[in-house]
Amino acid sequence: MACIEILFRISDKFTATSRHYVDRLFDPDPQNVLQGVIDMKNAVIGNNKQKANLIVLGAVPRLLYLLQQSSSSLELRTECAVVLGSLAMGTENNIKSLVDCHIIPALLQGLLCSDLIFIEACLRCLRTIFISPVTPVQLLYTDPTVIPHIMSLLSRSQHTQEYITQIFAHCCKTPEHQMVLFNHGAIQNIAPLLISPSYKVRMQALKCFSVLAYENAQVSMTLVNVLVDGEQLSQVFARMMQRDKPIEMQLTAAKCLTYMCRAGAIRTDDNCIILKTLPCLVRMCSKERLLEERVEGAETLAFLMEPDIELQRIASVTDHLVSMLADYFKYPSSVSAITDIKRLSKLRHTRDFCNQLDHDLKHAHELRQAAFKLYASLGSNDEDIRKKITETENMMDRIVSGLSESSIKVRLAAVRCLHSLSRSVQQLRTSFHDHAVWKPLMKLLQNAPDEVLVMASSTLCNLLLEFSPSKEPILESGVIELLCSLTQSDSPALRVNGIWALMNMAFQADQKVKVEIVRALGTEQLFRLLSDPDTNVLMKTLGLLRNLLSTRPHIDQIMSSHGKQIMQAVTLILEGEHSIEVKEQTLCILANIADGNTAKELIMTNDDMLQKIKYYMGHSNVKLQLAATFCISNLIWNEEDGSQERQDKLREMGFVDILHKLTQASDPSLCDRAKTAMQQYLA
Amino acid sequence: SSSDSFRRWLCVQLQYPHVTVIRGYLSAAASLQSSAPKMAELGAGSLLTGDPAFNYQEHELNERLKRLYPAVNEEETPLPRSWSPKDKYSYIGLSQNNLRVHYKGHGKNHKDAASVRATHPIPAACGIYYFEVKIVSKGRDGYMGIGLSAQGVNMNRLPGWDKHSYGYHGDDGHSFCSSGTGQPYGPTFTTGDVIGCCVNLINNTCFYTKNGHSLGVAFTDLPPNLYPTVGLQTPGEIVDANFGQQPFVFDIEDYMSEWRAKIHSMIARFPIGERLGDWQSVLQNMVSSYLVHHGYCATAMAFSRATETMIQEDQTSIKNRQRIQKLVLAGRVGEAIDATQQLYPGLLEHNPNLLFMLKCRQFVEMVNGTDSEVRCFSVHSPKSQDSYPGSPNLSPRHGATNAHVHNTGADSPTCSNGVTPTNKNKSHNKYTGVSSASSSPSSSPSSVNYSESNSTDSTKSQPHSATSNQETSDSEMEIEAEHYSNGVTESSTRIMNGTYKHQEILQADDSSVDDSCSSRQLCGGNQAATERMIQFGRELQALSEQLCRQYGKNATHKKMLQDAFSLLAYSDPWNCPVGQQLDPMQREAICSALNSAILESQNLPKQPPLMLALGQATECVQLMARVRSGSCSFARVDNFLH
Repeated sequence: MACIEILFRISDKFTATSRHYVDRLFDPDPQNVLQGVIDMKNAVIGNNKQKANLIVLGAVPRLLYLLQQSSSSLELRTECAVVLGSLAMGTENNIKSLVDCHIIPALLQGLLCSDLIFIEACLRCLRTIFISPVTPVQLLYTDPTVIPHIMSLLSRSQHTQEYITQIFAHCCKTPEHQMVLFNHGAIQNIAPLLISPSYKVRMQALKCFSVLAYENAQVSMTLVNVLVDGEQLSQVFARMMQRDKPIEMQLTAAKCLTYMCRAGAIRTDDNCIILKTLPCLVRMCSKERLLEERVEGAETLAFLMEPDIELQRIASVTDHLVSMLADYFKYPSSVSAITDIKRLSKLRHTRDFCNQLDHDLKHAHELRQAAFKLYASLGSNDEDIRKKITETENMMDRIVSGLSESSIKVRLAAVRCLHSLSRSVQQLRTSFHDHAVWKPLMKLLQNAPDEVLVMASSTLCNLLLEFSPSKEPILESGVIELLCSLTQSDSPALRVNGIWALMNMAFQADQKVKVEIVRALGTEQLFRLLSDPDTNVLMKTLGLLRNLLSTRPHIDQIMSSHGKQIMQAVTLILEGEHSIEVKEQTLCILANIADGNTAKELIMTNDDMLQKIKYYMGHSNVKLQLAATFCISNLIWNEEDGSQERQDKLREMGFVDILHKLTQASDPSLCDRAKTAMQQYLA
Repeated sequence: SSSDSFRRWLCVQLQYPHVTVIRGYLSAAASLQSSAPKMAELGAGSLLTGDPAFNYQEHELNERLKRLYPAVNEEETPLPRSWSPKDKYSYIGLSQNNLRVHYKGHGKNHKDAASVRATHPIPAACGIYYFEVKIVSKGRDGYMGIGLSAQGVNMNRLPGWDKHSYGYHGDDGHSFCSSGTGQPYGPTFTTGDVIGCCVNLINNTCFYTKNGHSLGVAFTDLPPNLYPTVGLQTPGEIVDANFGQQPFVFDIEDYMSEWRAKIHSMIARFPIGERLGDWQSVLQNMVSSYLVHHGYCATAMAFSRATETMIQEDQTSIKNRQRIQKLVLAGRVGEAIDATQQLYPGLLEHNPNLLFMLKCRQFVEMVNGTDSEVRCFSVHSPKSQDSYPGSPNLSPRHGATNAHVHNTGADSPTCSNGVTPTNKNKSHNKYTGVSSASSSPSSSPSSVNYSESNSTDSTKSQPHSATSNQETSDSEMEIEAEHYSNGVTESSTRIMNGTYKHQEILQADDSSVDDSCSSRQLCGGNQAATERMIQFGRELQALSEQLCRQYGKNATHKKMLQDAFSLLAYSDPWNCPVGQQLDPMQREAICSALNSAILESQNLPKQPPLMLALGQATECVQLMARVRSGSCSFARVDNFLH
């Protein structure tokens, strides 16, 4: 009890002195006020408790008032800004309180003053506030006159340069922000700072360029043409990646070049990418680097090489990257493990040890998702690399457990990785089957957010390919309903994946499966998909139809139940404005229908359809001619019942003349096809 | 004028070596003729061997090796420059200056494997060593191995198969670490690929590169003294080595810079723990004693007041030395001799070598027109020669020398007693083509070694000049011997600056020197002064002969005298092969020697502790190389002298 009493007394004393500091701000003598602010400044440095007290006691509005009063002396206004800056250095709650008191407009207003010392104090405080995650960055852009004014302050001193570039680097989060800064001359104004004598200025300027160039072609294209002291910017960045430079600088410079490269401003085969940026990023993934650096390095590298197979090949052999990434998984993988260790360690270990564990736990997820992303990027094109990845120690197990991790970021990255590897026929046949990856994948597909669903369903498409041994168990797990529901999604990507998976599933499938697909999907949905605005969806739906309508008994069965609707849909597409590929696919469906025993009649009795076929046989595109001819060929095939009647009818309609003409066609396959059809008449 | 006719005559003499020189004081100058042409022949001879392309490649190689491995002393540990025709299996053929390797065996099976080692093992002082091999042709099967092996490992094998042998093989991309079975390591390699092998002698690891991309660590715990090695096994296999003859595909210098930074930060963060206070007082004493040694009297007093350190020597003594040093540095050597004799009677009598050096310098200063004996004749001396207008003090200057400042005598203090690498000998070469004629550069990194520049031949790469020291036995030379053992002289300072870049800068400066020096004249252009100089030369010659009789022949003296006299052989002594002597910087050596002699006569250390420490550190680093600690390459003392 005594202890607590003492604590109370101490805290009372604190509040009392804090009160005193605040009271002095209201002294009628300006000189006393100034001295009061200076004393307050000395009292709050490094004292979070004092800071919180002063904020609670309402020092902030008074300080802001004094700061804004033009009657205040410059010295007082400056000291006020310094104290406010000091308060901002405290906890996130302090920042929130300051922002709530409208400190930002007040400080931005202060920047209009001509006194450099005062400006610097305001900027320093603004910097501290804006780099906090709790500050809405939008506040920098509310007043359109602010950015151009701040830009003009860049030339004032090394301090203004440091604070302003740091503010920009933190407040440029969207393409709109990028364009605001770009349009106000950020590039021309900041580029010279890259060779500033101050390391901090150089570093913050570099960070500005990395956020400006990210996924921004316009900025990137401008950057490549900028000269700094007669040197191209890419060369300046390359120099900043030299191995004796601070890691932070190497990494940020590599990011700049990566973004410029991805925006198309630098070719992927440029030496500064192949020989400098890529190796630099691989180095950032090494065990020697801090966890944060390893995460950023891996993510940036994944982004850099995503579209380029050559970069993927080089990275895959650089510094054992593939096995180096395996180390990313050697951190506590579950919260329970950590809490266990912590519970034990409380008895025996120091607080530092626990802090270290917290740090590791925080980064464990980040590390794993970064590694998955990089593996995904590495393996997206080259079969040998995929093999190397799957052969890495416990790789498939790690992916499988990654798919069911609590962190959505990790799940997403794991499924991306799985998707990348699923493009390999060999892996589908071997490791994918051995590790039953379809199971967690199916689980992932239930109630996952869209971005996970897109990747997972896309992976499922590959797992449902006919040669995949996982196809059977997936079918048995009742996936059809799920896929059908995907086709009703608002996201085109999900609709494509859903219908694509169904298409793969229907390929050479049992009658039972086909019937089940048609039943589950419903003809209504099927026809809705045939009029989908997304061409990919339309193509895959046609593909599904085509797969459903293969082998004669299946054709006849499906056409007997859904013939009318299908013929309508085909007519609609052939009459509509569609690409050659779509029409070709549709004609192929028609050809399949023509191959059925009873289904044939649906065409033979439809003169309009026959006219359409005739039209396409004379089309300027060979592919369409070929498909249409194939259709006719099926209709007049000799060995089938009623072939004579069909031949006669079609002869009457002038098809023989067309076929005869096509036997003279320059395209050899079309010519062959026409000849084969003609032979049916001769036999 | 008489000096003109004299000079014309001398020139004729130099062209006709058979003509006997009669006039006594000229004999020394004229005797140059017998040596100069010889040196010229030597130079021409070496230039004419081989084709120009090869020589260019040699030059490139030397430059690159110097830049990459500045800590390597090639006299002790030569670098690999080619494959050894003696250390190879008979199935190996060498061509193209022993850089190209081809297979000439049957290549039926692994028993037909054949290897070749480089001429020398990799010196530990490299710190980080790198070579590249280009696959010219993969031959029949491409069973090629690139790697390292120790002396004596069987050459009828591919690198990596045996103990103390390490290799990376092209057919399967595996690494072989002293074993017949390989480990999966990197990609395969074939015709057109460039494979690099980097040995890190700091942590004893090795990694390979393929076409400029690092493949990651292949071997750890490597033994010392490994040779670059390649092995081939099937007909048609051809590979070319690059030991530095050409630029490397991989950016090895970038990799080295990382390790340099690592080691520097290790040094900077070296924990000193509790002893912080001790260190501070040690450092203060070092600074204080250094200031006192060089006679920065006022600075030393101010420093000792501020840091409360003691100064051993009394102020008058320091001021006396300061005065004498000022005189020497201002080129007024005659007055300096007088002052020394007056303040320290007997000192020069006991150091005849020092006296002789001083007199020689006095002669040079007469030519220069700065010595008081000739100065009194002229009304004013050209400003360009008065190199110490502001503060005639020795001023510590480190880092690269600004040759421009020295030559034109701008207002900044030009005397250096710190590390002042110069390329003066190089910059003068362009006028003569006889590099060895110029005396040793003033680039000795510390004041204690200045005397060396007058006593040793610069063509010898120095610090280990035990040979040159043997010739001299008197006390002065003993001092030097001691200095050498401290190893403060660094041939590498010259190497460091022997790059194209510096040379270009210096040559540009030379042109500006030409302009500004057009007004320079012998002995300030005064005839009486010239007469006095000639007379002084005779006296000097006589002194030399006397010393010779007394102490026996002295090659150093002879050379000094020759150099001094040969100044007269040129119409423009400032721009002649021996013109470097006229550079005011050359005064520092003799100034330092005189200062040390005075201090020693007063029973004070002849060398400041700072320089001892510097010498010790330098020696330690060299010792590290000998005990195969690779980090010595990046812990060089001159890296820390800014």
